[in-house]
Amino acid sequence: MLTRRIIPCLDIKNGRTVKGVNFVGLRDAGDPVELAQRYTEEGADELVFLDITATKEKRKTLVKLVKDIALHINIPFTVGGGIKSVEEIEEILKAGADKVSLNSAIVRDSNLITRASDEFGFQAIVAAVDAKRRANRHSWEVFVKGGSEPTGLDALDWMEKTEQLGAGEILLTSMDRDGTKSGFDLELLKAANNRLSIPVIASGGAGTIQHCCDAVLIGNADAVLAASIFHFREIEISDLKAKMAEEGISVRIINN
Amino acid sequence: MIGIIKYQAGNLASVSNALDRLHADYIVSDNLEELEKVDAIIFPGVGHAAAAMDDLRSKDLDVWLKNTKKPVLGICLGMQLFYESSEEGDCKALGIIPGRLKRFDSSKAKVPHMGWNKFESVKKHPILRGIENKHFLYYVHGYYAPQSEHTLATCDYIEKFTAVTNKDNFIGVQFHPEKSGQVGSLLLQNFLDMVNSS
Repeated sequence: MLTRRIIPCLDIKNGRTVKGVNFVGLRDAGDPVELAQRYTEEGADELVFLDITATKEKRKTLVKLVKDIALHINIPFTVGGGIKSVEEIEEILKAGADKVSLNSAIVRDSNLITRASDEFGFQAIVAAVDAKRRANRHSWEVFVKGGSEPTGLDALDWMEKTEQLGAGEILLTSMDRDGTKSGFDLELLKAANNRLSIPVIASGGAGTIQHCCDAVLIGNADAVLAASIFHFREIEISDLKAKMAEEGISVRIINN
Repeated sequence: MIGIIKYQAGNLASVSNALDRLHADYIVSDNLEELEKVDAIIFPGVGHAAAAMDDLRSKDLDVWLKNTKKPVLGICLGMQLFYESSEEGDCKALGIIPGRLKRFDSSKAKVPHMGWNKFESVKKHPILRGIENKHFLYYVHGYYAPQSEHTLATCDYIEKFTAVTNKDNFIGVQFHPEKSGQVGSLLLQNFLDMVNSS
């Protein structure tokens, strides 16, 4: 049976992880490679690296980092953050990333999804969607540029379109829940999963183990992404998976 | 010495990194003279079957691969191209193993089949030494090889399909051993051991 995935997300700035607690045994909490290795050993199923650097030199630093990660990590990983063109996607994938996540660039030019998908395969193209509830409460709007700019697009329509254009997976972040630790937007997840036939990664709001279970059991998410609960060691990946298994969710348990 | 086939559809960095981690010697090449000199071949692949076949043909790698007697490990799309044809782009493949690749029925579950899944061993083979039915491997694919007499192991998603295949010197795995943690490393090590002992 296909397992539901647990995906720690690492925010990267100038080649270093942003925030995060000093893990026991890690020489350098800011080193993304060391943190990624730690997560891998603890049972992470995939990793996502989001580059939040806003400088022009960032691409070089990022590509170097991706090469370093790829050399040391033996599970799949996705890289995102400001990727705008087929050339940039190629650079990141050739450096060893398995997937790229695209956000603002595909809202500006949705055909980028098709071009990238045709070139590298749909499995490598993740459409990242930042969605915020509209005032009427029953629909969601897509925001871009790190959630600062409304687009007027309906999130469910947009996700369906990215699927049709060739995206292989959706990374769906609830802006209302992101950073709140109050649980995932289950209504958004359910609505998205009803519409889509590609996998959906739930993001935004993870605060407890139960939240992650609910994302799967109620929201029907294929994967659960979280950052701070793992960074700050509020939840151990192994504990999370053990609890999910108890709840009847199929997860990959390692150490056997 | 392992030769990794260099072509457009390769996840070359992932495979070469995995071999680095195992301290194996390898070259990445699309040059037939160079490939003739290696002991075994790894044939990786992600992406579109028809596009991959076009690229192989343009380099004469299709005929070479089909006729080589060296051990060949096909990974994901590489494995799929061992078969006769694919519904993906309605294309002809290498024709090493009988059968046609089918697309998963997306009305029954999410497609692609993406993530960690177990497999069920059907026949014993040195490539699977130490790998058990409880182990998880990482899969990403929208098309699958139906079961046949050449199936060494199956995986169950929507229906049972071929996870590991073998005919003569050709071994194919639908999952990505280079991305499947310690279990995947073990499978690659098994391949290296088979090559070294032959």
